[in-house]
Amino acid sequence: MAERPPATRRALWLVLGLVFAFLYIPIAVLVALSFNEGGLPTAWSGFSLKWYASLANNSAILSAALNTLIVALISTAVATLLGTLLAIGVEMRRQYGKGLEALIFAPMIIPDIVLAIALLSFFSMLNLTMGLHTIILAHVVFNLAFVCSVVRARLKSFDWSIVEASADLGASALTTFRRVTLPVIAPAVIAGALLAFTLSVDEFIIAFFTAGAGRASTTLPMQIYAMIRFGITPEINALATIVMAVSITALTLSQRLNRGMIGQ
Amino acid sequence: MAPALVWLTALMVVPCALVLALAFFRRGIYGGIDYTFTLENFGLVFDPLYAGIFLKSARIAGTATLIAVVIGYAAAYAIAAAPRRWQPVFLFFAVLPFWSNYLIRTYAWIVLLNREGLITQLLRWFGYTGEPPSMLYTEGAVIAGLVYNYLPFVILACYAPLSRLNPELAEASRDLGASAATTFRRVILPLTLPGIAAGAVFVFVLSIGNFVTPALLGGGRFQMIGNLVYDQFLTANDWPFGAALAMALIAIMLLVLMAQAMVANRAAGRAAQAAGGTDG
Repeated sequence: MAERPPATRRALWLVLGLVFAFLYIPIAVLVALSFNEGGLPTAWSGFSLKWYASLANNSAILSAALNTLIVALISTAVATLLGTLLAIGVEMRRQYGKGLEALIFAPMIIPDIVLAIALLSFFSMLNLTMGLHTIILAHVVFNLAFVCSVVRARLKSFDWSIVEASADLGASALTTFRRVTLPVIAPAVIAGALLAFTLSVDEFIIAFFTAGAGRASTTLPMQIYAMIRFGITPEINALATIVMAVSITALTLSQRLNRGMIGQ
Repeated sequence: MAPALVWLTALMVVPCALVLALAFFRRGIYGGIDYTFTLENFGLVFDPLYAGIFLKSARIAGTATLIAVVIGYAAAYAIAAAPRRWQPVFLFFAVLPFWSNYLIRTYAWIVLLNREGLITQLLRWFGYTGEPPSMLYTEGAVIAGLVYNYLPFVILACYAPLSRLNPELAEASRDLGASAATTFRRVILPLTLPGIAAGAVFVFVLSIGNFVTPALLGGGRFQMIGNLVYDQFLTANDWPFGAALAMALIAIMLLVLMAQAMVANRAAGRAAQAAGGTDG
């Protein structure tokens, strides 16, 4: 902004201020209300942690949180393994068809609702009982695509001749992977895993369609959706604050590990 | 890489092919599927009732896209004009809300817009005494929610070409006598069009198939295509019609993506020309 006339400079700062206000005021209001004794947006009746305490006693939310954790951890582990291997396979070969590229790209752009109904149709046609396991199967689909794209970005600048050198010096394929390739891509693998974990924790539509009937496989976003539909309860504000804090922490960590990803 | 490809094939390609096939069957009398070939479901998509919902979805998604692009471009421009060392920080904080839960970001708007929400409280504080305005459960609320949720991506998409813009081009345009407005319209805008197109496509595609935002901010009766698909699968139990609707959604999405690819190609040619021009 330095060489611009002062009026333009002021206008640009104003734009920035307004946009950040638009982005952050709604979230800030939620966080503030979660600490409001009365819980309502109508009046501030003093600082209190009672809504957080009442969350800790809400068994429906706790079991949903546990389900989400199970789904996210397992789907992240599987997706990280498969996605990393896929990335290495694709990048090592260098030559790959458009079809393969589209197959890897598709899970990231296909509308959630389409993948959701496709999996619902598929699972019910197979007469599969749906539950947490079907949510996990579904989450791995998009998670592995995201892990793969993060790891591939890292591999673009990887010098494959050191893999050859390692093999020439007598290392087995496994040793080469463990001692040469993995140390180079490790930050990207961890960043990809954190991204996958966050996506899985936050994912609602696909889980909603592939969870099957019954409360046993309700995940946290499904629980949040049900609560929101009933209107505003102060407990959601507290829950929302915790969920946001967790995903923002995981992603900030992921970004730090994988610097430069944000600007691309 | 084989296990991953098997996984994607078994749990994405096959299920999607299955949905495509479903769209050509009849609905069974008791809600099941009657395996006789028909094109009825696609005909029904063009029934005025459902075509109307498609048009309404396109209008809402289009409006949200337009607003998000204007705000997002302005924000990206301001970030790209900020001092260099601040740019990554601004960009990071512009994108951060995008990484928090979608449902929660939408819920935040219920808190703001409901009859006794923050906006009504603010109006009261300024001395307003009338009926609280009804803002929640309107088309406007749905559009606001969509813009809010997808704005960070537009900022990100527009920032990339704006930050790479060669300042000498704008300078040259001004030296040759063009006004600031002409320089923007004839030089800056065309060179940053791919970013705008990428951001716009993202907002449009995610908005037109959206089902959470209309359900939460539009109210129970408010329907966009996503809600219609949802209903066919979970309440009306007409899976073949739901599948045809989903295929129509995918078709719209592919058309939009193709349009974007065209814009990107043309702009790449233009950028090459501009680069050639400054070198000479």
